[in-house]
Order: sequence, then C-alpha cells, then structure tokens
Amino acid sequence: MENLSPWVIFFASIFTGNILLVYFLGMCSFLSVSKQVKTSLGLGLAVVFVLTITSALNYIVYYYVLEPLQVEYLRYIAFIIVIASVVQLLEMIIERISEVLYINLGIFLPLITVNCAILGVSLFMVIRKYTFIQSVLFGAGSGIGWMLAILAMAGIRQRLNEQKIPPALRGPGIALIISGIMAMAFIGFSGIVQIQ
Amino acid sequence: MITKILIATISMASISGLLAIMLVIAERYLANYGDCKITINDDEELTVKGGSTLLSTLNSQKIFLPSACGGRGTCAYCKCKVVDGIGPILPTEEPLLNKDEIADNVRLACQIKVKQDMLIQIPEELFNIKEFITKVKLIQDLTHDIKLLRLDLKEPNEIKFKSGQYVQLITSPYNGVKESVSRAYSVASANFNNDHVDLMVRLVPEGICTTWVHNYLKEGDDVKIVGPMGDFYLRDGDGEILMVAGGSGMAPMVSLLEKIAKENITRKVTYFFGAVTKKDLFFVDEMRELEAKIDNFSFVPALSGPEPEDNWDGEVGLITEPLNRYLEKTDNSSSQAYLCGSPGMINACIKVFQKHGITSDRIFNDPFA
Repeated sequence: MENLSPWVIFFASIFTGNILLVYFLGMCSFLSVSKQVKTSLGLGLAVVFVLTITSALNYIVYYYVLEPLQVEYLRYIAFIIVIASVVQLLEMIIERISEVLYINLGIFLPLITVNCAILGVSLFMVIRKYTFIQSVLFGAGSGIGWMLAILAMAGIRQRLNEQKIPPALRGPGIALIISGIMAMAFIGFSGIVQIQ
Repeated sequence: MITKILIATISMASISGLLAIMLVIAERYLANYGDCKITINDDEELTVKGGSTLLSTLNSQKIFLPSACGGRGTCAYCKCKVVDGIGPILPTEEPLLNKDEIADNVRLACQIKVKQDMLIQIPEELFNIKEFITKVKLIQDLTHDIKLLRLDLKEPNEIKFKSGQYVQLITSPYNGVKESVSRAYSVASANFNNDHVDLMVRLVPEGICTTWVHNYLKEGDDVKIVGPMGDFYLRDGDGEILMVAGGSGMAPMVSLLEKIAKENITRKVTYFFGAVTKKDLFFVDEMRELEAKIDNFSFVPALSGPEPEDNWDGEVGLITEPLNRYLEKTDNSSSQAYLCGSPGMINACIKVFQKHGITSDRIFNDPFA
C-alpha cells in the first residue's frame, strides 16, 4: 500500500470504505447513542479523537515493539491495552471540561474501549500494511466517517420522532432498517476508489 | 521457549507500565480539582478536596445525609438543595426528581461532584446527623428475644433529635463476620434526655447486627452510632393520636409518649400493642405509669395467641381486630395514626385505618425493613 496517497486513504475511509456503513463495525453505540444530534456529535468527536491517537500509538507499538520482538500474535492484547488507556485519558478530559457531556455519553464513553471500530481500524492498518502517515489518516478518516454516519442517523431519528411508525418497528427496529438503507446509499460511493 | 515467554511477558508488561505512568501523570493534572469551599445554609463553611461526590465529601466531614442505597442513585434519600457551584441536572438524577424539585435546585448528593466552590442547603435536622462514639451503659432483657440497649454518648456528648426518629447502629466485626454493617433502630428514650439513647433490639435469627448485640456486645464496650434520621415524629393536629406497634416497634412509641407527657399535650392518645403471648409483652408497667401521667392516654395490649397459663383477660386477636372494633366507635375525622412494626402488620393496619376514613396523609409509619 506504499503507493497510495495518504489523502486518498483519508477520504476513502470516510466515504467508500466507511467503517460503520460498509464494514458494520461499531454498531452498538451507533444504534443506542443516535437519538440526539448533540450527544452523537460528542460521541463522534470522542471516537475521532480515540481513533486518531490509537492508530498512531498502535502503529508504534506494532512496528517498533511487537514486530522486532516477533510477538505479533500479542497484537490484540497490546492494541486493547492502548485503546483502554487512551479512553481513560479521554474520560478525564471530558469530565473536566463538560460534566453534562460526560454523563450523557455515560457508559458509552468507557465502552469506546470495546467499540469494535477502534480495534478494527488498528487491525486493518496492520493487515493492509499502511505506513505511519497512512495509518494516522486512515484512523482519522474512519473516525470522521463514523461520526458522519452517526450524525446522519441522529438527524433522521430526531425527525422520526414526529412521524407515525408502526408500533412493532419503533426503536431499534426502524433504526436497523434506516442503517441498512444508509449503507446501500454509501455503496454509491464505492466505485470511486478502492482501498484494500 | 523460555526466552519467548519472557520476551512476550516483558514486552506486554512494559507497554502496560508505560501507559499506566501516562495515566497517573494525567490524573495528577486533569482529575485534580484542588481545594473547594462548601458553604452550608449560608452558615457553616467547609474546605474540602474536590473531585468526589458531594455525598462522600460531606460524609468525610462528618455531615451525614441519609442514604439507603450507598450512593448508587436509586433511593433518592440524599436529596439536597445546591444553590451555586454545580452544572445542569444530570441524566442520572432526572428520573428521581420531580418538576418542583428541579425548579428548586434540588439535586442528588450522591451523583454530583464537588469541582468548585459550592453553596448548598440541607434541612437543619439532617445537619444534626452526626457520628457519635458511645459506651454501652446497660444491656437488659425485655422479653426472651428483645433487649434494651442503653448507650451513653461520649463524643459528642449530646444528641438533638425528634421523638420517633432512628439512629444507625454500626457493628464491629465479630466471630467470623468480617465487615461492619449499619442497621437502623428507633430511639426509645425521650428527646429531652439527650446524653444517652435507648434502643430496643429484637434477635433476628442469622441477623448480623442483632446477633452481635445479643450475644457479643458487653456493657462498657464502645459503639458507634450515626443519627438522628427519619421522618417518623409527632405531627401537629388536634385529633386523636392512634399508635400501633408490635415487638420492638415499641421503641419510638415510648419516646413519643414521653414527649407527650412532658409537653402536656392534651390530645386523646390510644396505643395498641400487639404480641403473641404474655412472654412477648413488655414495658406494661411503664405504660401504666404513663397512663397516670398523661390525662387522656390508654394503653391497649392485645395477644394473638395467649397461653392458658397467661390468665389473659385483655384483648385477644391480631392487632387489627381490637383496632377495628375501636375505630367503629370513634370519630376519626381528624385522627392521626402512627405505626411501627413489621411491614405485614403495618400494611394490614393501614387498610383498617383507611376503611374508617383515616386518609394516608394522616398515617405515618416506620416499617422494619
């Protein structure tokens, strides 16, 4: 992947290879925190922050520690530890600057640790043999892509509140159908560039 | 092989170690809120270390808001008014506060954190809740399974409380029970005797606290109590005062009656006390003395299963029966009911009261939980 421009990867990971709508990673907080645009934006920014930092840190951990020592098989544990600590750090920062955002994100803030999009990005970065710059931009792009998806979803769900929905479909039912349609819409981007 | 394991372990350990150091440094600078000043009721000022919840901060300053759930945000006993120094209502508080309380700046002390100087208001009676070091003066058998426990207050040496309120008794670890627990007991002594408290403790099989009191606690031991708490106390009014109690539910009633005697309250008072047999009956002589002291007071003990040798000629049956017979004959339009006992007994009696037109705003109870 040496030949691919980092910026191509960045935009591709936002649109054509959206981590959420194309790879379906990070679904659980996507479905449960997408009720209000405001909190979605908060969580989205948190995910962008964590993704960017962890992809940089995990790159260093993988290529400068795990690979030279030939213990690549430990990457799952190592990545998760890095992600968990970055989330902890983020928690302290958010608690300091906005208590309401902190409580509104609630359990989903620590749960970013187990948001599979985060670990997924770190693992893709290794599998696709990205360089450092490519990895960081891939992380940031995926984060922004995830944020765009959850913001779009929250916008739709806010408008849905005023609509009549058959009782059986209310809540997660309609949310899943909408994300399916959104995913199909994102297929429209897929012909532009391929990044795997 | 060994080197491989060592390399793997050491590399993971050093990665985790580095990250841990990073977090410790971050905590030092980010989660450190420094000293904050809490002003209570525009009166008392406390300087505390910020960062923890208001409830635990106040606890560490020996100011005890009641809390049954231990700070998990479910019981809503720790409500207090925060005038200044706190952010907007948190989603964890919302379900437990009504509109008036939200408009009135009422918050849950266990959910909000002290991060800056705060201005709070708590009811005076909660402000009186303190931790007392006491000495066991007396342990006396009242019946085969109820003991009277008299605690002399050492530090502080005076307690202000309303008759009917309770204190929490804190156990010490004993024989295989490692943790210390706290259990609520109503104060049986009068509120004008404020250098000691009397508690009535009924032995509950397998009960951590009651076993401790009955079998391990000795006269002369030091015991910690926290209190006073609770909203079971005599309300103003001019109708009859109807009291119903069973077993160690006697305790708050004694305190209420002492208050009535001392303050020469002239309202009619009738006290129904339920027991199984004569050996479960206690404090009868004291009640007869109070009948002499209080103009308009009568004590009605009832046995649900008197033994033949009891030679019982008083009321027979579950306490609801004499209560029902009595209420049929009286005017209940302004009577107040005060109940203390097992939840089963209380619920049965509340039904009887309601049947005779005593609405729930005039029924006050203190169930054993």
